Amino acid sequence: MDSKAKKQLIKKHSPSTTILKNSIMAFIFGGGICVIGQLLSELYSYFGCDEKTCGILVTVTLIFIAALLTGLGIFDKIARHAGAGTLVPVTGFSNAVVSQAMDAKSEGYVMGVGAKIYTVAGPVILYGLLSGVIYGLIYYIYRTVEQMI
Amino acid sequence: MKNRITKLKTPIHFRSWASVGGYEERRGPLGDKFDFCDTSDKFGQKTWEIAEAEMGRIALNTSLSKVGLSHTDLELLVAGDLQNQCVASSTGLSSFGIPFLGVYGACSTCTESIMMLSSFIDSSDNMKIGAALTTSHNSAAERQFRTPVEYGGQRAPTAQWTSTAAGAFLLERGRGDVMITEYMPGRIIDGSTADGTNMGGAMAFSAFDSITAYFEESGEDIHNIDYIVTGDLGKVGSDILKELLSKELPGAERLHTDCGLLLYDMKNQDAHSGASGCGTSASVLACHFLPMLADGKLRRILFLSTGALMSPSSLLQGENIYGIAPLIRLESGKEN
Repeated sequence: MDSKAKKQLIKKHSPSTTILKNSIMAFIFGGGICVIGQLLSELYSYFGCDEKTCGILVTVTLIFIAALLTGLGIFDKIARHAGAGTLVPVTGFSNAVVSQAMDAKSEGYVMGVGAKIYTVAGPVILYGLLSGVIYGLIYYIYRTVEQMI
Repeated sequence: MKNRITKLKTPIHFRSWASVGGYEERRGPLGDKFDFCDTSDKFGQKTWEIAEAEMGRIALNTSLSKVGLSHTDLELLVAGDLQNQCVASSTGLSSFGIPFLGVYGACSTCTESIMMLSSFIDSSDNMKIGAALTTSHNSAAERQFRTPVEYGGQRAPTAQWTSTAAGAFLLERGRGDVMITEYMPGRIIDGSTADGTNMGGAMAFSAFDSITAYFEESGEDIHNIDYIVTGDLGKVGSDILKELLSKELPGAERLHTDCGLLLYDMKNQDAHSGASGCGTSASVLACHFLPMLADGKLRRILFLSTGALMSPSSLLQGENIYGIAPLIRLESGKEN
């Protein structure tokens, strides 16, 4: 049997990802996290924080909640259903770092946690920074051109 | 290709066997048949890696104590697992002090180790009894092959759940309730996919290769076989194998069953395409098929653990997954 026939056979019997269901779940959970973020923002501004501080506090709070739920072994059970809903917001990043740190702990704090903590989150950090630099450059050129005109 | 099948010259039987599992295995339909399950998956250990080693140790000790034997009665240990350099087997069995052969056949380790041990007993003049042991641990395997244990992500519908399970088998020269009569090593077959979340699909072709080769060479009538049991093809792999068998060996597809589909409740356990991991076929053989053979409920089965030969690096580099399916023939020693 040639490779092409095998590929076709695998494709024929492999169920595809349920995109519609996953999208709806991601919308509900992702939206839910945003609502919680907004409520937190209202709460912090009620206590007198300005808009910028509120934004930082909300992010930190969500990171903390996701880290705590990861540590308690609850996050992955939610994420199994939520998918991109928990992955895309800052909660996903928090989970990627904390879960990896928990795993690597048995290998020590330097070569384990220290060396491996960003194994999963690494691409986000690298390409996040890189896109930040590219965005900055474009913005700089745009402003320079704008001032020249 | 000829002479792939070896008929054992001396009668060799399964003197004893034991199965050990974790939380999901206990919840599964075979949960009550396991000798022991630790629902914490930790087996009293600090790390997942050592937990797997301990699980194997428990399985082997259980199989020994069932027939009142001690580790000093064993002459050879053949064992394997999914961890790098098979470290779970060497760590767990270090205290036994018995000659040891570590084997790696990915998820085909169970059949491979039983095959090797029976070959050793068969070719030796005086070796009487040895043990074959296979373990896999979900958390240790996930950590090594995929993502951290607590990482929150969605798995593909074709993905399988690595079992936390162990199977230990004591093989002894002489006749008994369950006999191993033939073995046939598998060939390395290209699975034609580099998708690590679809290992069942990749392995189906190797199972097909071994099954067809067996019937072609032996000339055996499929009606003489009660079951053709594969290791962990899961839903996707089993469907592919059945389609292939129905064309090439009509009737054989109805004899097919898969340990990966038996270990978990496919509806309620979120196992997606089924169970995987070398402990799957080992534990299901020990807790399900061997007792049925021993009781005479089954007469003859072909047992093929299926292995997906790959590494995390080979997958990232886009290399195809290769499958392998060694085959053993097991027969009931009970006269009908």
